Amino acid sequence: MKHLLSTKDLSRDEAVQILDLAEDMAQAGTREVKKLPALRGRTVVNLFFEDSTRTKISFEAAAKRLSADVINFTAKGSSVSKGESLKDTAQTLAAIGADGVVIRHHSSGAPRVLAQSGWIDAGVVNAGDGTHEHPTQGLLDAFTMRKRLHGDASRGRALDGVTVTIVGDILHSRVARSNVWLLETLGAEVTLVAPATLLPVGVDTWPVAVGYDLDAAVAAKPDVLMMLRIQSERMNAAFFPTAREYSRQWGFDDERLARLPAASLVMHPGPMNRGLEISSGAADSARSTIIEQVANGVSIRMAVLYLLLAGGAA
Amino acid sequence: MTTFHVKGATLPDGTRRDFFVENGVFVDSASNATVLDADGLQALPGLVDLHTHLREPGFEQSETVLTGSRAAASGGFTAVFAMANTSPVSDTAGVVEQVKALGDAHGYVTVRPIGAVTVGLEGQRLSEIGAMAQSRAQVRVFSDDGKCVSDALLMRRALEYVKTFGGVIAQHSQEPRLTEGAQMNEGALSGELGLAGWPAVAEEAIIARDVLLAQHVGARLHVCHVSTAGSVDVIRWAKARGIDVTAEVTPHHLLLTEQLASGYDSRFKVNPPLRRDDDVQALREALADGTIDIVATDHAPHPLEAKECAWDEAAFGMVGLESALSVVQAAVVDTGLLSFADVARVLSGAPARIGLLDGYGAPFTVGAPANFTLYDPAARSVFGVEHLHGKSVNSPYLGRELPGRVVATVHGGVATVLEGLLVEELARG
Ligand SMILES: [Zn+2]
Repeated sequence: MKHLLSTKDLSRDEAVQILDLAEDMAQAGTREVKKLPALRGRTVVNLFFEDSTRTKISFEAAAKRLSADVINFTAKGSSVSKGESLKDTAQTLAAIGADGVVIRHHSSGAPRVLAQSGWIDAGVVNAGDGTHEHPTQGLLDAFTMRKRLHGDASRGRALDGVTVTIVGDILHSRVARSNVWLLETLGAEVTLVAPATLLPVGVDTWPVAVGYDLDAAVAAKPDVLMMLRIQSERMNAAFFPTAREYSRQWGFDDERLARLPAASLVMHPGPMNRGLEISSGAADSARSTIIEQVANGVSIRMAVLYLLLAGGAA
Repeated sequence: MTTFHVKGATLPDGTRRDFFVENGVFVDSASNATVLDADGLQALPGLVDLHTHLREPGFEQSETVLTGSRAAASGGFTAVFAMANTSPVSDTAGVVEQVKALGDAHGYVTVRPIGAVTVGLEGQRLSEIGAMAQSRAQVRVFSDDGKCVSDALLMRRALEYVKTFGGVIAQHSQEPRLTEGAQMNEGALSGELGLAGWPAVAEEAIIARDVLLAQHVGARLHVCHVSTAGSVDVIRWAKARGIDVTAEVTPHHLLLTEQLASGYDSRFKVNPPLRRDDDVQALREALADGTIDIVATDHAPHPLEAKECAWDEAAFGMVGLESALSVVQAAVVDTGLLSFADVARVLSGAPARIGLLDGYGAPFTVGAPANFTLYDPAARSVFGVEHLHGKSVNSPYLGRELPGRVVATVHGGVATVLEGLLVEELARG
């Protein structure tokens, strides 16, 4: 694997391999000395054209635990926010000798443009591009599901037959896209629930079931319920009348939590709007995996960086 | 001015004969003529592009009247209509006269400026349409291309006003609210790629409104770059009702589909966007049955930096003058839908008629202006930057094998292309 741009590019074996490797990384993380020497002498650049402290910290921790040198190249207040092109930035990074580039960009497809450009020869990891994909988020979500559902017997397994319902702004969500393709590859059954305004045209061609009714989705007792963030800029763009109405119809509140089976997982990629798409009661319940998702993110990103830059199989 | 004896050309009607040019017009015979061996070559009337962006004044880093004229001549064109989205906008007599004068000075092609419908293309007030019509540029086609005249009342008034001198409004049909931030055709692929969709209905709704307005006020409407099967249906319906509407399709909408967006290569980013395979088929059939009247290039040059970036940061548009004839051959001639007589109609006679451009009504007849091109349909080559003669290289065809080659272009009796090479201005005398 040279780049990780989309979960759509992953075969089932590759996906399971990444999840298994992340298990190894998680185990190493429980040792007294957390650092592994795998990427000593390699340089990983975090190239962030868009603010995301959480994702950046996660990748940075992952690279450092593998002993890589990490350079943070952030848009805010630097030349990249003042219109320096992706091309110029890429050529600068190539001159620095970057072995891997972790890129977060506001434009869908920017990581693929970078990977295919010939401007730089580094491995490229998509850390979220526009409304396209966020593949490491999809992988960490799958890892989290597998861990909760299969525990210590996770290794080598996929998610066959697991029912996952994803609720919220599918149209603008890169997390939803990465999850849909990966979960399909891993054998899970995915249902999307949202107001019709927040579902992309053509969603009927996706390998998913689609519904508009969250109560019906909860009544179907999914193994996993994943709530997506509603961004504030959607509020005034006629996607739904008011935040209150959205919350009443598609928010996961305490009352809906009570109707969800005790064994079902409640997930959210963060950051959350408590009281809008998810209540505090739901977010902080025992069924919530939200804190684990953060921890698992580091393991998954270690696995991905290892595969791309150490070049080996597990 | 050279005298030509063109030997053994195949004319659009399929007959094979010699023809002669003297003093800028076709003649019965001529002595001491320069012989052009046209054995195996297709003779076509000089091509007329109703939709070219020459970028001058204001965007000379992309194209100038000179470089765009050279690109046009190399593609077999002898006349182009230059769109109004220059800077300053071509919304006054002064600007359109300047553009025309530059075209005349270089002489590669006839440059007919298009006037803006509204001041500054801003869709607020009508520009000085009458002054442009009466100017030395004799503007007859008005368009805010790049932007849609979306205000229904303003569109109605514009349609009515140009009736005064037989002009036409060429509409860029794009409902602006439905296409805010739009990046590519809206459908399953845009959803997957996470690119904001440009829905077909945003084009079709404006065309439907405009044909009804044209009917209501008895005016003439031209629809730029039709890109969807639904638009074809609307235009077919309008023509059946006797509405005075004409329509164009670009070469790229006849050949390329939205699938090309999947690699985020911004050379394929264009407005209106590349559509589905079904749309391409419908456009080809509409061109063949006359629902769509003409092919126009929408030649839209951009400098490298406007395309070397992420998709949503890239400019819309592709160059098309140099490749137009080859792409038309690939899309509709080699597929059996159009003959070269049809090509002559859709790329010369009909666009000249829509734009009220004289001299293209009876090509190859004695006394008519000698505008023609000699084209080798049997040639094949991989399209490369060496085929491009404008200032910009944002062609979607680079690396693609295309049929055909323009061997010669003659504009008003003067050769602008000979043996496939542009004739330099000085050499033409
Ligand atoms: Zn246009």
